[in-house]
Amino acid sequence: MKTFKKTSLAALMGTSALISASVMANDGPVKLGLMLPYSGTYTALGEAITNGLKLAIEQEGNQLGGREVEYVQLDSEADPSKAPQNMSRLVNGDQVDFVIGPVHSGVAMGMLRVAKQTGAITIIPNAGLGAATNELCMPNVFRTSFSMWQDSYPMGKVAYDQGHRKIVTITWDYAGGKEDLAGFEEAFTAEGGEIVQQILVPFPSTEFQSYLTQIASLKPDAVYTFFAGGGGVSFVRDYAAAGLKESMPLLGSGFLTEGNLAALGDAGEGVMTTLHYAETLENDANQSFVSAYENAYGEMPDTYAVQGYDTGMMLVQALNVLGGDTSDKERLINVLANVELASPRGPLSFSDSHHPIQNIYLREIRDGKHEVVSIASENLEVPDEACQM
Amino acid sequence: MDLAFFSVQLLNGLQYGLLLFLIASGLTLIFGIMGIINLAHGAMYMIGAYLVYDLTLRLGNFWLAIMVAIPIAIALGLVIERLFLDTLYKRDHLYQVLLTFGLILVLNEAQRIIWGGNVHRVVVPAPFDFSIQLTDNMQYSVYRLFVMGVCLALAGVIYWVIRHTRLGIIIRAGAVNRDMVEGLGINVRTLFTLIFSVGVALTAFAGMIAAPLTSIAPGMGDSILITCFVVVVIGGIGSIKGAFWGAIIIGMATTFGAVLIPSLASMVIYLIMAAVLLVKPRGLFA
Amino acid sequence: MLHRYPKRAAFIMLILTTLIAAFPLWGEVVFGSQANFILEKLTLMLILALFAMSLDLLVGVLGLVSLGHALFFGLGAYTLALASPDFSPASMWWMLPLVMGVSACVGLVIGVLVIRTKGIFFIMTTLAFGQMLYYFISTSQFAGGTDGVFIMFRPSLELGGSTLLDLDNPYSFFYFCLGMLLVGYLFLRWLTRSYFGQVLDGIHDNEHRMQALGYATSGYKLIAFVIAGVMAAVAGMLAAMQYGFANPAQLGWHTSGEVLMMLILGGMGTIFGPILGAFAYEILLYIYEHTTTHWPILMGVTIIVAVLILPRGIAGLIIAPPWHRKRQTSAEIVGKESKASVSAQPVTQSKED
Repeated sequence: MKTFKKTSLAALMGTSALISASVMANDGPVKLGLMLPYSGTYTALGEAITNGLKLAIEQEGNQLGGREVEYVQLDSEADPSKAPQNMSRLVNGDQVDFVIGPVHSGVAMGMLRVAKQTGAITIIPNAGLGAATNELCMPNVFRTSFSMWQDSYPMGKVAYDQGHRKIVTITWDYAGGKEDLAGFEEAFTAEGGEIVQQILVPFPSTEFQSYLTQIASLKPDAVYTFFAGGGGVSFVRDYAAAGLKESMPLLGSGFLTEGNLAALGDAGEGVMTTLHYAETLENDANQSFVSAYENAYGEMPDTYAVQGYDTGMMLVQALNVLGGDTSDKERLINVLANVELASPRGPLSFSDSHHPIQNIYLREIRDGKHEVVSIASENLEVPDEACQM
Repeated sequence: MDLAFFSVQLLNGLQYGLLLFLIASGLTLIFGIMGIINLAHGAMYMIGAYLVYDLTLRLGNFWLAIMVAIPIAIALGLVIERLFLDTLYKRDHLYQVLLTFGLILVLNEAQRIIWGGNVHRVVVPAPFDFSIQLTDNMQYSVYRLFVMGVCLALAGVIYWVIRHTRLGIIIRAGAVNRDMVEGLGINVRTLFTLIFSVGVALTAFAGMIAAPLTSIAPGMGDSILITCFVVVVIGGIGSIKGAFWGAIIIGMATTFGAVLIPSLASMVIYLIMAAVLLVKPRGLFA
Repeated sequence: MLHRYPKRAAFIMLILTTLIAAFPLWGEVVFGSQANFILEKLTLMLILALFAMSLDLLVGVLGLVSLGHALFFGLGAYTLALASPDFSPASMWWMLPLVMGVSACVGLVIGVLVIRTKGIFFIMTTLAFGQMLYYFISTSQFAGGTDGVFIMFRPSLELGGSTLLDLDNPYSFFYFCLGMLLVGYLFLRWLTRSYFGQVLDGIHDNEHRMQALGYATSGYKLIAFVIAGVMAAVAGMLAAMQYGFANPAQLGWHTSGEVLMMLILGGMGTIFGPILGAFAYEILLYIYEHTTTHWPILMGVTIIVAVLILPRGIAGLIIAPPWHRKRQTSAEIVGKESKASVSAQPVTQSKED
């Protein structure tokens, strides 16, 4: 693919930019540039990430390695066409020490283009495009979230083990959705299952009746799907209203239902998804996180909040190790890469490509909560063949 | 494609088309009579959905919520018409496009401030909260049938008002020759205020009645707006009859396009529009 | 008659151009370490100014409101992205003609279809064609889909083996964009004052009259549509060059809406107004985004206010300043007003035809 050829070459060229990056002052506050959506469709995600991040830093007395923290919040509008100029504003205009963002994969592409040119340290707290830590491969780019592949691949084996042999997959016709299905289909067909049909819905349409009729006539053993936000809610509710849930179980990536439990209501009961987090996880870190988050913001955290929180904890740990000294960029990157967290989501560390190594949980919605059925894949590392740093 | 599959898809297309008609009718009414192009149309649809969500929570009853929300939508239309549009009738369409584009920004952001960024739902209200068996493994929500009925009934009412009432005569005359109507002693200004409010209310009502069938989320109006434009352009801008058949065509094309030509599904409505304009530059029923 | 402005308009534009062109001399003194960032912003504004100016030919001069002009902007960006070799820079000597050629062809095909429509139909059909290309690119694997595509090398400008202008250098690229804007401006100025421009003016005023006089108005409109598209595509190519990134969102109707905002802020039908508008819009956006994350409200209100009380934009203020107007005799005011409303009448003619 042409895009990937171009990007792998970019990887070779990017490293030189790092060295020339300017040395920041070390005694002033640590500047965190947040490039997240605060308007439009993805507002809720941007706010949850911001809340989680700020919670983590507040717990440290609003300091990172002994230095005060200053936030620069920029609305990314989830608009990819403005991503490079917004990123450039944070890096060159506001001269932040770290850029945290984005939510949207298209925006991530635009940001990473500038991250490559400037060597700015970028932590991705959501966007799941695989290329970010694979073909685009940059030492200055970290991710505290997931890649589409990581969350969907484990479901392939789960689906097969549950006895499903013929599955219909359905998602929006956009990059993130297709990457997600690819992960699932890879694992499911490797086990010996068959993908009866892959259905792509025009993005961002939420008019699903025609597709549900198609699924009903195909009569697969189960349906695997990736939708998110309002589309996720619409799909799950329409699927239940069409009476398909009983005859063909609905499987999905965790984003299908994440943050949407209240809006799903009864329609969500019994839906099985895989994700790197569930609010009901019974480890100490999660229990104290959930109660602290509820105290601070008056609502249950979701995986987006955890991703923000872990981004904050990653910075806390790294800057404590360095005593707040961010002047030596190479050392800073090295320390960040070696961060290990007892995260609310379980143990969290980073691979050579700066991608999280984490558990993927199989979750089922019962009584309006994501209950953990099992660990679908323990300490799963994403292969990222094109990026071995 | 067997017969049962085909019939169910026909039903899906019809249902989607009828809903589209309801959403687009306000747009075409406002344009046809007032010559105003309203980009904030999608935002009105969104506001209708959010209003009914909010009021259902407060009042505990969906039908009651609709009764309260409709006057609010009419009032919103009234305020916008008097405050902003009044000065624009004699000006270029460009100014209407820009002003209503500005309104989109304001209304979308107001939605975020008032209701936040989370996704919400409205529960399917009684007595329509059950399904009927359609095929061996597929059910159909009775509420969808109800919505189809409402859309059809409203289409009938609008048609009747425009064809057979005194108001309808004035409206049709006003659309053809504004000055003449004014010369006959009819207050066109009041007429315009009325039409705009009704148009906004129709759109918001579409959002309300569709709310239990969809998810209520930020930006939900933006995606419906362009589809409405296509409907209106195909049918012929300003024609209620055109909007009706345009909506049915688009409903069917979306439904069958998704199954028959999936690779072109996202473009099919635009292709149809281009084809129609090639043959009839002013739409099918203009 | 549309194109005779008071001397002060030229004077102000000349001063502003000189100021901007001399930015490398004073930028560092004023902005310190942020000078490079400001240079980058200025470059972007120059590119957007070219984009807005191209739309003015359609909207301001000809009276055809397009809500799909971003189609050409994105087309320029994607032509560059897809035609660039993977491992070496393309040559500007063939890239620029290629972008212009591709956009001219697309403009011709779309133009033939949309020129048949008028007023509100023109708005909607251009919108629909813009969305069509948007979905086409969004779902195309070869174009990188919704994620967009990187352009690893800026095209190079060489002559006989030696580099004429190193476009990778931010200062050279800045001057290159400034040069393109000036060329575009001078071209449009010449065009609108030429015989061709007079005919466009006539069409704007009253198309039926022009037809009655024997002009094939569709042909003139088509040519203007293609020219506007080609210029927008060049702007799109420059925008994609600046950050090395093309994305379908550049084609979306929101981009078309934004460029219309620049037009109204600057003042349409004046050619130089949209340049001011692009700068004003970007500066406002920068300030608003710094002020609050609820910035869309501020931007929305600004647009509404501009439409209601400043319909002729900044250029209108320069051509006829409010304090200047008071000193004129009432006869002159009537003259000015009727001139001002020229651009505000013709499109609403749609009813009778």
